[in-house]
Amino acid sequence: MPEAEKKVLLMGNPNVGKSAIFSRLTGAKVTISNYPGTTVSFSQGYMKIDKDEMAAVLDVPGIYNLEPSCKADSVAVDMLSEGDVVVNIADATNLERNLYLTLELRERGVPVIVALNMWDETRHKGIEIDAEKLEKELGLPVVPTCGLTGFGVKRLMVRIRNARKKEFKALSKDERWEEIGRVLEASQKLHHHHHTLLERLEDISTRPVTGLPIAALVLYLSFKVIRFVGEGLIGNVFQPLFDNFWLPLMARLSSFLGGGGIVHDILIGKLVDGQIDFGQSFGLLTAGLYVPFAAVLPYIFSFYLVLGVLEDLGYLPRLATQVDNLMHRLGLHGYAIIPMILGLGCNVPGAMALRLLEGRREKFIAATLMAVAVPCMAQTAMIVGLVGQRGGRYVALIFGILFVVLLVKGLLMNRFMKGCSPEILWEIPPYRMPQPMAVIKKLWMRVSEFLKEAVPFVMLGILVVNILYLVRVLDILSRVFAPVLSGLWGLPKETISAMLIGFLRKDVAVGMLAPLGLTTKQLVVACTVLAIYFPCMATFIVMLRELGLRDMIKAAGLMVLTALAVGSLVNFLW
Amino acid sequence: MKEMSLIELKEKQAAVVREIMGGGGVTMRLEALGIRPGKKITKISSHFWQGPVTVLVDRNKVAIGHGMARKIMVEVI
Repeated sequence: MPEAEKKVLLMGNPNVGKSAIFSRLTGAKVTISNYPGTTVSFSQGYMKIDKDEMAAVLDVPGIYNLEPSCKADSVAVDMLSEGDVVVNIADATNLERNLYLTLELRERGVPVIVALNMWDETRHKGIEIDAEKLEKELGLPVVPTCGLTGFGVKRLMVRIRNARKKEFKALSKDERWEEIGRVLEASQKLHHHHHTLLERLEDISTRPVTGLPIAALVLYLSFKVIRFVGEGLIGNVFQPLFDNFWLPLMARLSSFLGGGGIVHDILIGKLVDGQIDFGQSFGLLTAGLYVPFAAVLPYIFSFYLVLGVLEDLGYLPRLATQVDNLMHRLGLHGYAIIPMILGLGCNVPGAMALRLLEGRREKFIAATLMAVAVPCMAQTAMIVGLVGQRGGRYVALIFGILFVVLLVKGLLMNRFMKGCSPEILWEIPPYRMPQPMAVIKKLWMRVSEFLKEAVPFVMLGILVVNILYLVRVLDILSRVFAPVLSGLWGLPKETISAMLIGFLRKDVAVGMLAPLGLTTKQLVVACTVLAIYFPCMATFIVMLRELGLRDMIKAAGLMVLTALAVGSLVNFLW
Repeated sequence: MKEMSLIELKEKQAAVVREIMGGGGVTMRLEALGIRPGKKITKISSHFWQGPVTVLVDRNKVAIGHGMARKIMVEVI
């Protein structure tokens, strides 16, 4: 870590491009999307400000003013006392509102530099800003920038280096608005502008009459593309790679190890009819590589590709608006759809995005619903791979059951928990054409994150289950849990190993059902229960942090109860 | 002109915000998004089943929950 003397804070309203500027200043990789609330925690990076001087740069989550209305806001405000320089990033297309924070910041006795971001969008929106005049009127350095292209970032760095403290009179709220009016009168001209195609699209995807069919279409197309790309990658790239190159190698290793024994079973797993079957041989080098790379990775890739495009376009806040009334019945508001959608990729970032929600009740409901009814893409990929062999309708059945669980559980929680659903109040950003390079960068970040985080856990899971099997712990556990497993869910007691590994990795857990020879009904019950009963360890840790111990215990109790109820219901009704 | 709530305002109609009939918290959050007395806003859409109202403030679009929209009093211009 380089020695950093100065601390530079990037502060501004939500969705003005702070993360894009942060990434430009420091070269650090962070998620950048077109919706307010992308950044839920601080990112820190370093930039060189002089030959041998580094400064720490902090990407602070967006705030509208310095009077905090929720916990996330107050953390951002507290940071202010630690900053040596504040770079106030303002949306140049929306100056009036952005300048309120600017005026508050300049009263705090910290050097402030204003970056007029999204400068490239001002012209076609008919906004003409005289940056020099603005600088004079505000009494602060002003630099037009564009985070996506990097325009103005060099000049911004120079101004950061030369930042000076200045004294400003403290103003009242009304005086600030008056001051903003005066400043803008002198430095900004608004012209009439013609509606672009994207703007017309904005309107029709906002109105419910057209917006709901569009939402259905977007979701349907997303599903189609994710499936097409995912299946295509498996069928044309990963399956052949494993079959043609890896299988012969492993077969040789297997016969070298004598086709059995402890080492063989840990590395290769059990053979099926004397052959290695990547879906059923649970060794570190067989399923341990096949599950993350061939079965899951293609879907992770295709999911995040589609999500990245939708995020950068700015579609998610519109989807949130379309589902707000439904979510209200579940004790949430529309914006809670964002953690859920992120959760479809991986529950960990989904759980982190719970911070977007204001209240404790709302967070609790959203966390519990996500944990029980939103399977991550790794799990989904395995379900599609395994259950799909018995017919697509059984895959649909599992997701249908999960969706019903989501609705019923949400309705019940909203009905029986004290308090009421909060109201949505959120900015809807304009549509922006997704930039291919930005989409690819983000995709790469997320895919490598998956590989770094998931593969070790998959390996660990397989190692643990092999060892437990060898020391016969699984035998004992399967006898203890047999009443629940076979009595309630109608599953063979061997499924205990999958249930156990599900705490570590859900994808491996689903995979472990493959060698058990389950009937289709048992498979559906087992996959559904695995999705519901408990979050994986990584998700659990994040949820615990977001909810606190008491709420987490309650939530976990609800998850287990739901799994017991839903599993038995499906078992007895089928 | 008569005052009405944002719910009653028709789609595509422009109005001036007159009053926000809520506590400090609501007022503050709305103000942060540029919705404060004296501001001109245009209603873009409203959703059935007590869904949100979307409005245009300056060049910005904001979705406001039904309950909150009821507390925003406006005057048609």
